[in-house]
Amino acid sequence: MRYTVQIVGVGGQGVLLASMVLGTAAMRAGHKVSMSEVHGMAQRGGSVISTLRFGDDVISPLESTGGADLIMGFEPVETCRYLSLGNKGTFILMNLDPVYPSMVAAGFEEYPDIEKLVGSVKARTENLMTLDATKVAISVGKAVAANAVMIGAVAAVKGFPLKKELLKEVLLEIVPERSKDLNSKAFEAGYSAMS
Amino acid sequence: MNILEDGGKGLLLGNEAIVRGLIEAGVRFASTYPGTPSSEIGNILEEISEEEGMYFEFSSNEKIALEVSAAAAAAGVRSFAFMKHVGLNVAADPLMTLAYSGVVGGMLVLSADDPSAHSSQNEQDNRYYALLSLLPMMEPSTPAEAKDMIRYAYEVSEELTLPVLYRTTTRVNHARSIVEFGPRTDTPAKGRFTKDDKRFVNIPAFAKLNRVRLLELNKKAQELSERSPHNRIEGSGDTGVITSGVSYTYVKEFTSDTSVLKLGFTNPLPEKKIADFIRGKRFVIVVEELDPFLEDQIFRICAQNGLSVPIYGKRSGHLPREWEYSPDTMKRLKDLISVRDMPTPLPPADVKLPGRPATLCAGCPHRGMFAATKKAVGKRDVVYCTDIGCYTLGLQPPFQAADFLICMGGGVGAAGGFDKSTDQKAIAFIGDSTFFHSGVGPLTSSLFNDHKITAVILDNRTTAMTGHQPNPGTGRSFGGIDTEPIDMETLVKGLGIKFVRTVDPYDVKAAEKVMKDALEFDGTAVVVSKCPCPLELKRNKQLIIRECRVDQSKCIHCHICVKTIACPALVKKGDTVETDPTQCIGCGMCANVCPKGAIEVGR
Repeated sequence: MRYTVQIVGVGGQGVLLASMVLGTAAMRAGHKVSMSEVHGMAQRGGSVISTLRFGDDVISPLESTGGADLIMGFEPVETCRYLSLGNKGTFILMNLDPVYPSMVAAGFEEYPDIEKLVGSVKARTENLMTLDATKVAISVGKAVAANAVMIGAVAAVKGFPLKKELLKEVLLEIVPERSKDLNSKAFEAGYSAMS
Repeated sequence: MNILEDGGKGLLLGNEAIVRGLIEAGVRFASTYPGTPSSEIGNILEEISEEEGMYFEFSSNEKIALEVSAAAAAAGVRSFAFMKHVGLNVAADPLMTLAYSGVVGGMLVLSADDPSAHSSQNEQDNRYYALLSLLPMMEPSTPAEAKDMIRYAYEVSEELTLPVLYRTTTRVNHARSIVEFGPRTDTPAKGRFTKDDKRFVNIPAFAKLNRVRLLELNKKAQELSERSPHNRIEGSGDTGVITSGVSYTYVKEFTSDTSVLKLGFTNPLPEKKIADFIRGKRFVIVVEELDPFLEDQIFRICAQNGLSVPIYGKRSGHLPREWEYSPDTMKRLKDLISVRDMPTPLPPADVKLPGRPATLCAGCPHRGMFAATKKAVGKRDVVYCTDIGCYTLGLQPPFQAADFLICMGGGVGAAGGFDKSTDQKAIAFIGDSTFFHSGVGPLTSSLFNDHKITAVILDNRTTAMTGHQPNPGTGRSFGGIDTEPIDMETLVKGLGIKFVRTVDPYDVKAAEKVMKDALEFDGTAVVVSKCPCPLELKRNKQLIIRECRVDQSKCIHCHICVKTIACPALVKKGDTVETDPTQCIGCGMCANVCPKGAIEVGR
């Protein structure tokens, strides 16, 4: 068995935290793990991608284009930008909450309609799952827990090889003590939103 | 998971694994100038070196980092100098002669190369430094191997009395894999230098002899390479693949049915092992990123051994010389060997997507200084020389304040050249850490040769781009050592520069005035833009956020704020401009340039 998750988003959204939670859970489950991360520019508002691969005899830190089993899209435009990482059978989890690039904020470029973005992905695959992770996070406490919502949602993805309880356990070990309760609720809310 | 634990395992970033390797090898002295993809090594050592009984420093440039570690190794202390690939260019001068002197305690020189130039200005293949300096070299393929090979590399270094070049790439430094923790080695923290002029004083008479010594040591190194466990054959068959570094992982997982010679000890090459491997094969493919370093030597080894087995790779046109490899690269070999089927990618979305390049942060003081400079310049014909750091992002609109970029400290030097060879006014931007790295030299030369340039030192009180390391301008306070900041203005004035002014870039109008005077000055002018990086303040919990608000009743929709500062916290919705409270830090740059005083800065 080999499983690849491509996690895409914007620096500061928690892409690295999510990849660390999934990767640690995979290690605990007894899998080999190989990951690749974007460092350096992550705090400068750029587009970021983290590759997580686990299973038997996994050693390459990168996956082939189209080779992802799951694309975890933290941001709608970024999900569309990295669509080619997946194939017809890839599950695509897409957070609908946009982060506006600086050139959009300054009015030099336009941010496309979210419906258009969703429509474009839907026209290419039947395996799209959308959620508004920020809204779900706010409903259980705070917007910052959106990444815990996303991780909870992953646990509900059909065929995802790691157990829900394990993901939650690792998430709660990694987040600071004072936000454990919030992250626990956000994780469950993300899971329920998808199942 | 803590990398200092005695046993167990962890899911480590390559750079964390390297630190663990240093701990297990009993390294007692380390030095660097920060550079991605090696930066995290320094950030971790800053935290843990004291506890581990290791001396660690951020030297003011890579040359000095190499020199201090060389001295420690000459005194018998295991040392580690690390840098990004272009940093080794800066350190190349001591490296070449250090090879002649050699070391007493083990020494590794880590070069973190960056194929695909993720965060660099070029893609140079530093493996050639091993050939140039005649030093042994190791290339790990994964984080786990990057840790394991360090202990071995120190043993090789001490056996040969030579420093070892330890060459990684971004996909090793920034990959993450499971690393098993081994025991620590106990080595002395203090050494004693024993005088040996013939080795350590390379005057011509001794240098000539040391070249002979170095060539002899290379023969010994080659024997070690021949029997190294890091040069190994996996699998069998009549087709062969020779590979090193991260490329090995792509070969291993995405191709099959070949015999693979994995090389980890890559200078000197195990020539006999390679010849024996090739002999009898139908053909051999060489898979390595960037230049045909292994491949060209393999052609030579074949010629010397009378082997006529076809060698495929870069010279045959099968594999590229540019950019990093990936599993996709293996597809190019499918006419030669079995390559795993790769699924057809989804077609791209049919919606125009906005770009998302890395950008200067909200409230970044560089924005204010670029805005002030652009206004002071007006219609004047100028050349903006820039340098390595966050401010290289001044390339982007609306600033477009980057016309010429080559290397660390290169902007100030180049500005002098433009001044003397054109009628354009040359302006050089340089960061504080970069200034201490290699800006003092060109400024001295500028004064000496009467270059009429304006050097703008963007002093944000940290080495921001690489992850906020201290620099001489901030002083250090870690590892039990506290030093005072070096005052940049005093230093510059001390050189004899007559025009030295310090501005607050958040006061864009005042900074513009000073820049106008600097541009008029008949000689070398220096403007220091002094304001701490907000990210660094945030990290130290010192950032006081005072959100700005646009008073819509006063706003005349001229958009001067957006056009001159272009802060990500200013959001244009149709004709109105609002501030984004989640991003705004209340620096007030936008308020400063607003002609109607329509932006209020909170308290």
